[in-house]
Amino acid sequence: MRDAFANEIKRLSEANKNVVLLSGDIGNRMFDKYKSVSPERFFNCGIAEANMMSLASGMALCGLKPVIYTITPFTTTRCLEQIRIGVAYHNAPVVIVGTGSGLSYSELGPTHHSLEDIAILRAVPNINILTPSDKQELTTQLQEAISMNTPSYMRIGKKGEPDLFNESHNLGIGKANILKEGEEILIIGIGPILIEAIEAAKSLKNDGLNIGVASMGSIRPLDDDFLRKMISKKYKYWITLEEHGIVGGLGSTLIEWCSDKQLYDIKIKRLGVKNEFIHKLGNQSYTRNILGIDKKGIINTIKEL
Amino acid sequence: MSIETKKYNNLISISTELRKRIIKTSYEAKIPHIGSCLSCIELLVFLYWKELNIDPSNSEAINRDRFILSKGHGAPALFQVLGLKGFFPIERLNSFGKPGSVFHEHPPKPGYIPGIEAATGSLGHGFPMAVGMSLAKRINNLQYRTYSILSDGECNEGSIWEAAMFAGAQKLDDLTIFIDFNKWQATGRSKEVLALDPLKEKWQSFGWDVYEIDGHKFNQIDKSIELAKTNKNKPSAIIAHTIKGKGVSFMEDNNNWHYKTPNEEEFKKAFEELKN
Repeated sequence: MRDAFANEIKRLSEANKNVVLLSGDIGNRMFDKYKSVSPERFFNCGIAEANMMSLASGMALCGLKPVIYTITPFTTTRCLEQIRIGVAYHNAPVVIVGTGSGLSYSELGPTHHSLEDIAILRAVPNINILTPSDKQELTTQLQEAISMNTPSYMRIGKKGEPDLFNESHNLGIGKANILKEGEEILIIGIGPILIEAIEAAKSLKNDGLNIGVASMGSIRPLDDDFLRKMISKKYKYWITLEEHGIVGGLGSTLIEWCSDKQLYDIKIKRLGVKNEFIHKLGNQSYTRNILGIDKKGIINTIKEL
Repeated sequence: MSIETKKYNNLISISTELRKRIIKTSYEAKIPHIGSCLSCIELLVFLYWKELNIDPSNSEAINRDRFILSKGHGAPALFQVLGLKGFFPIERLNSFGKPGSVFHEHPPKPGYIPGIEAATGSLGHGFPMAVGMSLAKRINNLQYRTYSILSDGECNEGSIWEAAMFAGAQKLDDLTIFIDFNKWQATGRSKEVLALDPLKEKWQSFGWDVYEIDGHKFNQIDKSIELAKTNKNKPSAIIAHTIKGKGVSFMEDNNNWHYKTPNEEEFKKAFEELKN
């Protein structure tokens, strides 16, 4: 996904002279192409995220479109106050991109895990929260985020994530999509971890279960029409899937949505990371496995329903 | 009459008028931070009456100079400055401190009070935003200068030094900041709370040209700004030695006036002093 980001931001900077890319000292050769076309609009802001965020707010108030790029914990919780005041309160059109979200940097330990970012930024007004699942969705959402006059936060993966969408899907900010039709049980997920749901659904077909899979795409704005449509399909269960803590993420969002609308018929099961730090480290697949949020974990969860 | 008095007589009168207004508002609406407001009056007056290229009737002009009061708790002073300069009808300040008013203890985000460029009050935010505005000037190829006033206590914040290093690296020579060095922060002497000294050398070592002045003397403010404008390849920091609570004998260098608001007797006494 990060290569898709680098390619698209380069293209957007050529098309829109207000785009400014701010990096928190990462992506060594990643932005070479960007720098070759828009060198005067690239700044390595160093390992100084608080300044980077406020700097971006000031630039946005002067008509520019700053795009901030660094590893997710450092562009979210590290500088939360700067996001809350500089970006959100001012409604400054800054695009905050967190790379290596969730457990993409699993081996690097809790310092590099981002399992609270959605929960925390959901509590802050004004910011769109975008959770693309593959490079096509990332590209579409990035284009829209740059064209909007309000701030956005986008959490993306790292590299090698599989493609999930095709031309039949309607991608964009606030747009959910069905990846696989099903009955009785619908897995609604965000981010590249959705591949685990698709694999699980395929496997469960052999057991005679027809599991639906949907991508939510964005946490804010939430695709209200899509959720209403899913309600009308009378699933027994929604299983929410996210590479994020179960506190305050997609699962919480959908439970709150149902509660606010007084829709109590649907049962919601949250699959995500328990509210604790992870001490046994391994790569992303290993960690998904031990946390029970990989294909196998999803299958077990469904069988136990 | 000294040269200072002759040349800057008008500015001195305005400063006194502002001090009266601040104290009156503080007394009537129980607005704190008097000491912090009184220490930066001359800096604000010089900027708004002599330096800043901002038309109060067109306060969003694209090439206007940018000013951010990074020490946002000085807002009661800034609001009076903007009112007196005609950014909005001065009667609007009659709502100061009243429920539902936009005039309270800190500047709100732009759009509520003409002339306010950024919401400040959470210390360490305004200055990095000013750095962003200065950088935007270069990218947008516009013609303006960016100014900011910081407090010495505010220099506790790490974000100040992140922004200082960034501005130094980017050689933002259209950026000039004042540090209202009144030697106090909310609950202690600023040099004792954290190791603030030597402040001049700190800013110099972060890549800035630094001037030290008496922040209540207009000729020194004037001269330092002129020098800052001739700087090439470096941003400028003007360390303004000031007195917290300046202008009212019993408030001067008395840190109780960080939070305290005057009672009737104190209000009358302060007003009497300022009349003379």
